[in-house]
Amino acid sequence: MLSGILIFNQKGENLIFRAFRNDCRPRLADIFRIQVISNPQVRSPILTLGSTTFSHVKHENIYLVAVTKSNANAALIFEFLYRLVLLGKSYFGKFDEEAVKNNFVLIYELLDEILDFGYPQNTETDTLKMYITTEGVKSAIANNPTDSSRITQQATGALSWRRADVKYRKNEAFVDVIEDVNLLMSATGTVLRADVNGQIVMRAYLSGTPECKFGLNDRLLLDNDAAGPGGSTRGGSLGGGENKMGVGSAKTRAAAGSVTLEDCQFHQCVKLGRFDADRIISFVPPDGEFELMRYRATENVNLPFKVHPIVREIGTTKVEYSVAIKANYSSKLFATNVIIRIPTPLNTAKTTERTSQGRAKYEPEHNNIVWKIARFSGGSEYVLTAEAALTSMTNQKAWSRPPLSLSFSLLMFTSSGLLVRYLKVFEKNNYSSVKWVRYMTRAGSYEIRF
Amino acid sequence: MAMNKIRGAFAVPRKGETFELRAGLVSQYAYERKEAIQKTIMAMTLGKDVSALFPDVLKNIATTDLEQKKLVYLYLMNYAKSHPDLCILAVNTFVQDSEDPNPLIRALAIRTMGCIRVDKMIDYMEEPLRKTLRDESPYVRKTAAICVAKLFDLSPGMCLENGFLEMLQEMIADPNPMVVANAITALSEIHEAAPETQALQVTPNTLRKLLMALNECTEWGRVTILSTLSEYRTSAVNEAEQICERVAPQFQHANPSVVLAAVKTVFLHMKLVNAELAKNYLKKMAPPLVTLVSSAPEVQYVALRNIDLLLQKQPEILNKELRVFFCKYNDPPYVKFQKLEIMVRIANDRNFDQLLAELKEYALEVDMDFVRRAVKAIGQVAIKIESACERCVNTLLDLINTKVNYVVQEAIVVIKDIFRKYPGYEGIIPTLCKCIDELDEPNARAALIWIVGEYAEKISNAGDILAGFVEGFNEEFSQTQLQILTAVVKLFLKRPDKAQGLVQKVLQAATAENDNPDVRDRAYVYWRLLSSTSDSNAARNVVLSKKPPIVTTIHSLPPTLLEQLLTELSTLASVYHKPPEQFVGQGRFGADAVQKAAIEEQLQNARENPLAAAAAAAVSGTAPPQQQNNVENLLDIDFDGTAPASAHKEPNGGVSGLEGLAGTPVRVESPAAGAPAGSNNLDDLLGVFGDSGAASSTAASAPPNGGAGADLLNGFGGLDLSGSSMSSPPPVPGPSQPKKTNEDIMSLF
Repeated sequence: MLSGILIFNQKGENLIFRAFRNDCRPRLADIFRIQVISNPQVRSPILTLGSTTFSHVKHENIYLVAVTKSNANAALIFEFLYRLVLLGKSYFGKFDEEAVKNNFVLIYELLDEILDFGYPQNTETDTLKMYITTEGVKSAIANNPTDSSRITQQATGALSWRRADVKYRKNEAFVDVIEDVNLLMSATGTVLRADVNGQIVMRAYLSGTPECKFGLNDRLLLDNDAAGPGGSTRGGSLGGGENKMGVGSAKTRAAAGSVTLEDCQFHQCVKLGRFDADRIISFVPPDGEFELMRYRATENVNLPFKVHPIVREIGTTKVEYSVAIKANYSSKLFATNVIIRIPTPLNTAKTTERTSQGRAKYEPEHNNIVWKIARFSGGSEYVLTAEAALTSMTNQKAWSRPPLSLSFSLLMFTSSGLLVRYLKVFEKNNYSSVKWVRYMTRAGSYEIRF
Repeated sequence: MAMNKIRGAFAVPRKGETFELRAGLVSQYAYERKEAIQKTIMAMTLGKDVSALFPDVLKNIATTDLEQKKLVYLYLMNYAKSHPDLCILAVNTFVQDSEDPNPLIRALAIRTMGCIRVDKMIDYMEEPLRKTLRDESPYVRKTAAICVAKLFDLSPGMCLENGFLEMLQEMIADPNPMVVANAITALSEIHEAAPETQALQVTPNTLRKLLMALNECTEWGRVTILSTLSEYRTSAVNEAEQICERVAPQFQHANPSVVLAAVKTVFLHMKLVNAELAKNYLKKMAPPLVTLVSSAPEVQYVALRNIDLLLQKQPEILNKELRVFFCKYNDPPYVKFQKLEIMVRIANDRNFDQLLAELKEYALEVDMDFVRRAVKAIGQVAIKIESACERCVNTLLDLINTKVNYVVQEAIVVIKDIFRKYPGYEGIIPTLCKCIDELDEPNARAALIWIVGEYAEKISNAGDILAGFVEGFNEEFSQTQLQILTAVVKLFLKRPDKAQGLVQKVLQAATAENDNPDVRDRAYVYWRLLSSTSDSNAARNVVLSKKPPIVTTIHSLPPTLLEQLLTELSTLASVYHKPPEQFVGQGRFGADAVQKAAIEEQLQNARENPLAAAAAAAVSGTAPPQQQNNVENLLDIDFDGTAPASAHKEPNGGVSGLEGLAGTPVRVESPAAGAPAGSNNLDDLLGVFGDSGAASSTAASAPPNGGAGADLLNGFGGLDLSGSSMSSPPPVPGPSQPKKTNEDIMSLF
């Protein structure tokens, strides 16, 4: 498995060097620096030299490198490196060169704990935080034998993600449904690709060991339990839509507002066997915030914004833009932080913009006109007209016309039409709990070609 | 305050740093000692040699401060080798710690002991290890389980004598899932290092336990258990069914490596279950595979390479998912290239419209490499799907009309392949001929000349075009020269009246003024053929013979290799599409024998002049086996004088035998990288050998048909060193190679 973990800054200085096996030598750091960091031609995250393989991930201004000597599991290595980044972020807020330099002792400690002989062990942030702590909070518990035996029980137990003795006066659970909608639209206005990557984040403040059951308006589930509580009331926005899956009674359900999830991925607390058998999501949640599930939906995606760009290149000295954007959701809702990035040719000298709403600004460093609309209420339509004057160049190279891109966030709206139907909490103390649900749709990669 | 001091250690070293550290380490104040230890570790990270401080650091080992203890242990692990005798002083603390009431400290002690690779330490490990393996805390047990693997690595004999292996095997039945996972991990490592121990034998009984632990252990543990399950070979249908049934739910796990491991396990065991069920599983694994495509780019890359393999075996699984593989504008290039490959694999007669529109879009981007691959992909679609051909040709013509130099060149190469498969597109030849002046790459020029020669009877000014090329014959690249020769001869055979003078001229130029043996030989052969009086049709039969049509230009792996790689899913081998022997040194577990052999070699190297020996081996290309090993060792970056690593690599027959002979360093770059062939950007360490090695590999070991011929001949066209295996065989040597060899072989008779 892994022979060592190395961390470098952008200059190629070795910040962390932790060997887990005998075959990881200090000079490998130099080889990585020469072969990858100072070699601009490298275009692959994996490089094998001799029998040594370097797999690296870049985050902020540091390189995280895993060294292996065997035919290791590449997927696991990268996932582990990303987990390390996640750990770093949750420990230090930001995981960059500064953080690594200031906390190198802690990082060595962490590496010692999450890898043994190059095999990943427990990488759950919450569990680790119980006995590997930053300097401010002294690890009093870790030095106390009884406490630490409890910790170690948890670190290896079947419920490695939850302490047993959690207590809250008020039992609450917050569910955030966050959807990233991806769009790729061709220059002629046909939708090449539209799909939704959703995640459901939960913040659970529940006492004891609660067993939760979670229900969505998932089409397959609704088909399964005909006796389920009545469907949703949001059928309108979904429309009939075509029915690719062709699951028996699906067409009737589609009208009632169910959603077809192409695929779901769950936090390790979810009992996968249960879901596989009867599509019921049941779990014992970790304490605090965690990502319960991720899902993907590709059918009947509601696009919150329609964009019509008209871009004309006039001769070799001028480009004219006219971009219209229309909000395609109920007028009761409004999107915030709508940002439209309109690419300009590399040799743009100066631009003039006029907008019917919001502000537009030319950003020469990104070759973009950035149009910001702070609040975009449903149903409205805004227009930008702009002109970019170009400097003449000796070797006229065609402009590649990168796609126009959008970012926004829109509350109480889900592009896929997904709804939380219920969240039930069962606990032996039988307390009552309060649950909150919030929906949000953001732009993933929302690109329009022109 | 303390922060600043730590950061200060990154600055330029001041005078007498070691001295200062030593003073700190023996200070009477605890906080000063701790700070000094931290600074020592920092210096160690920076690559400074602080081994001289060993005794002083060691004095700080007996402490109640857990953090400080960990730092001292870290130091010990790094420098134990340099002071093996002093390590004994630490033993007492370790043994004490392993009986500490605090399980964290017990685990830490046993974990660290295993990492101190000193012979004397091993003798003291037996007792603590035995105790911790039976510890009441699962945390300690899981750590001890891994420690057995560490001990086996150091001293297999001692590990076996003391029955640790049996204890480890018993731990598969442990009630704690994480202990089970680590026991499996350790056993499979031992099994791999020394198969004769039969360390990991999956029986129906252990199988049940594994399946049980699977649902309860951590994500990483699941990966371990899943890979063990995937290596388990069963012949019982019900067992395979059971495995698939229990593993399939893991498709929904949030961790991509778990998902891939589950896919691998189900895919391998699926063969045994009935067809209906197997189809069901295939259907079930498609959505999770697609989801992997939206993960982080590096993970995505691994996933894409694996999907590529799966598609070669089961082309239908992702039939409907074409759009998912559309490239995003800011995808890193290695992801984009792989997505292109996959899109072409998925292409069928229902979705090619969509695909072509998308590929055309890519062909207008600016990244030259990507654009070329997109154009090539259009050609692959045309040859794969007959009904798509016309659309493809039109798209290519559109692209040619953009007049972007590299697009035009690539398009012409692609169109040549289309001509070889489908007749009836001769009408576009005039458009192609218009671009003749823009072509400056040998591939594109050769392709166009081939077209002109092939359709000489239909091109009225073929003679003029070829005359232009003959004019500058000696300035062309040799592959273009070969095509000019053939094209002129074809023209002559088709229209003898027009090309009489031309053929004379070109044969003269190729034989008298050219120093490339391939070109000269071919010219002589043609000359003979043409002047043969016995059979006037001989030349015609050979040169204008009917060519076998090409079937596909999509690169596929040979079936046996594919089967092997499918058992390696999600490993590095699956990313490289190469068997692991090609990039993993043998005997990596540093068994004593290998260590000794390496040391002896090193001594011998010291006696001779290593540079000279290596260079000689590289140049001669036929070095005796022993010297050859030296070369390998010098090239392997493991080799650093202090303790030679396990780089005792034998050239493993077949494919890599070639590299071994020539002494070329085995540099495996990810295929997507498309690095310039072989060794020209090796670092200074390897540069000397790299260059001479590469040179000699063509000069000494390549058969006269040219470099690519070697690969084609042994049937592993995709496995060449340069890592360009992603693309189909290089355009001209590839598709026209059979023809060329055909002609050459036939003309010999």
